[in-house]
Amino acid sequence: MLKRLALCLLLASPAFAVQPDEVLPDPAMEARARQISQVLRCPVCQGENIDESNAEVSRDLRLLVRERLVAGDTDSQVLDYITDRYGEYVLFEPEKTGANLILYYLGPVALLIAMGGAFVYLRGRRREDGPGTGLSAEEEARLKELMKDEPGK
Amino acid sequence: MIAELGHFALILAFCVAIVQGLVPLIGAHKNWRGWMAVADPAASAQFLLVALSFGALTYSFVTSDFSLQLVFSNSHTDKPMLYKVSGVWGNHEGSMLLWVLILALFGAAAAWFGGALPPRLRARVLAVQAWIGAAFLGFILFTSNPFTRLAEPPFNGQDLNPLLQDPGLAFHPPFLYLGYVGLSMAFSFAVAALIEGRVDAAWARWVRPWTLAAWIFLTIGIALGSWWAYYELGWGGFWFWDPVENASFMPWLLAAALLHSAIVVEKREALKSWTILLAIMAFGFSLIGTFIVRSGVITSVHSFANDPERGIFILAILAFFVGGALTLYAARASSMQAKGVFSMVSRETALVINNILLAVSALVVFVGTVWPLVAEMAWGRKLSVGAPFFEKAFTPFMIILAILLPIGAMMPWKRAKLGKLVRPLVPALVLALACAGLAWTFETGRSLLALVSSGLGAWLVFGALAEIWQRAGRTPARILRLPRADWGKCTAHSGLGIVFAGIGLLMAGQVEDIRVAQIGEPFEVSGYAITLESVEQFDGPNYVSTTGTLKVERDGKLITVLHPEKRSYPVQAMPTTEADIDNGFLRDIYLVIGDKQANGGWAVRTYIKPFANWIWAGCLMMAFGGLLSLTDRRYRVAAGARRTATNAVPAE
Repeated sequence: MLKRLALCLLLASPAFAVQPDEVLPDPAMEARARQISQVLRCPVCQGENIDESNAEVSRDLRLLVRERLVAGDTDSQVLDYITDRYGEYVLFEPEKTGANLILYYLGPVALLIAMGGAFVYLRGRRREDGPGTGLSAEEEARLKELMKDEPGK
Repeated sequence: MIAELGHFALILAFCVAIVQGLVPLIGAHKNWRGWMAVADPAASAQFLLVALSFGALTYSFVTSDFSLQLVFSNSHTDKPMLYKVSGVWGNHEGSMLLWVLILALFGAAAAWFGGALPPRLRARVLAVQAWIGAAFLGFILFTSNPFTRLAEPPFNGQDLNPLLQDPGLAFHPPFLYLGYVGLSMAFSFAVAALIEGRVDAAWARWVRPWTLAAWIFLTIGIALGSWWAYYELGWGGFWFWDPVENASFMPWLLAAALLHSAIVVEKREALKSWTILLAIMAFGFSLIGTFIVRSGVITSVHSFANDPERGIFILAILAFFVGGALTLYAARASSMQAKGVFSMVSRETALVINNILLAVSALVVFVGTVWPLVAEMAWGRKLSVGAPFFEKAFTPFMIILAILLPIGAMMPWKRAKLGKLVRPLVPALVLALACAGLAWTFETGRSLLALVSSGLGAWLVFGALAEIWQRAGRTPARILRLPRADWGKCTAHSGLGIVFAGIGLLMAGQVEDIRVAQIGEPFEVSGYAITLESVEQFDGPNYVSTTGTLKVERDGKLITVLHPEKRSYPVQAMPTTEADIDNGFLRDIYLVIGDKQANGGWAVRTYIKPFANWIWAGCLMMAFGGLLSLTDRRYRVAAGARRTATNAVPAE
């Protein structure tokens, strides 16, 4: 966070994020504006959203978001409006299209694969008996006992 | 002169590291005792030399020797002493030197306390550790020499980045590095075991304390960084999913996985090759973290050095160590014979699931972190992956983990009956549901987040208590006689629950107010009446401060008086906010003062942050739990006591 903040601070006058004069009179609409601001990335800082950013351009974006909301746009219309003008780069949650699907589905798919692999491994652990596995007599006996308990499998 | 001595010591350390990396390795291979014995004194010498070098740099900072390029760029005579010292590692070169110092310290510690290790294993561990040391010493000497002199020393320095002039951040890097570098021990042990071709319970017993120590340091380091962000950045955020934060979080997740899988190796002699792989990956991710931070490849705030040459050097180190270790792994992993046999429902299985969840969640964080880079290189798409993505993609794994944890922790080794197992957990479940209901009622209705997080948090805490109760045979007298490892487990798992509850309740229930406050006119924020009393300017040691005095009252009773500050550092021409916080058990009142407005008022931000402290309290509990485990009698008395494979299965 350090240098990105430093960078933004150097670019901007020492003003801090959302200013009192930006706040909309309607609290519900302001809350929506804040929600949207947190998904939008400040184009000149390093990874800050426009809600936290002190850069001039973030202030412009915040005002733009509020303008669109006052004009009656829905949340997704506001995001589309801004993405059209500033590119996908300003979205902190990239669009679920094309190659980005890999990003979104990698976690669940990896979990399933890992669970599957673990299942096979665990089943193998349970069955491992035969000679050559280096079991001691004591362990051998325990294994027999174990297998006895689960005759169905 | 002192600086030159430091530089010279560093070069000597580099030479010693190369000797330490070669001679004992050959000795271990040929079984020459004399050659193996070189490792111990070499490790001590390497540590002393790096310490000398680090001392020389610290001396230069403390005495403000501006003939050194590094001191000139990062220090100033007016800077308070604490930050003159912490300035040593508040920059690229110095922080790498600290990295190597800690690396050498761990190596030396293995030499000093590793007397009971089999000599051959010890020689190999120290040799691998020396290779890592040599690589990074070379990196410092060839690309980032901290002792570069200036031809014409200036009168004064350029000062340290004011954001770094903070006690929380002064100690954040050393702890993080202790964690990152601590994992190098697990790595060295893993590689040594691969060379040896043998992993047994004794090996796991050796690796666990090192990993545990590294994990404790990482926990504290991450918590310090997050706490610093909370009070310093001026809006009370505590985690940003910034690439550099992720770089420290991935090794943390993998170290946590490694801790748990090493238990299975130690107690049951199973999961051996997986544990080796985890040890390699955990340190691999530390190196990736170093690469991300140092190369500036994923441009981020922490990158002191956006220098491609350094990036390539570190990438080469990364490729050599991780690639080499993985190749060795591919060649040797099949020789790791697993012994333990267990059924599908057993603690072994529970720990396997723990490992899957932690490893996959680390993978998600990793892919999210590098995705902008991948997308740009492969498809020319410029995009960003930030907090909203990570919150959605990462959280489900933690929810599953939290649901399963108390059940898994109850499991006996080898095999279990689920029905019998769950019974002692019923009271915990009831209490958890009650807490969830309570959160649902008190948090203004809107948040599922508060419900889920407080429910899961309570489930973890009460589940851990139920386990302790069960373990003591439901006899109060026996509770105090339980081994510290049991208490450590209970504390760490409860700490995790507290963190979950704190994060959820904070995010669900925080209140924010931004307004222009006139002096003497009170305003109300969620039941608190706040009055801006006065605003004054005064001079600090190396900054100018604008300080507000605000009175916070509730129902006519004075709660606290807070003094948020806005500081301007003239040397670096940079402002910082110093929020003032009234810390409470159930909520923090967080005040920030902004600019003077045209109509004579001041911009004031007020945040009410419920349960904020629980996040860091929980982290401390986790770290303390780790410490309790680390001081368990078994490690103190029997650490390294060689155990043969035949008696390696305790009847637990």
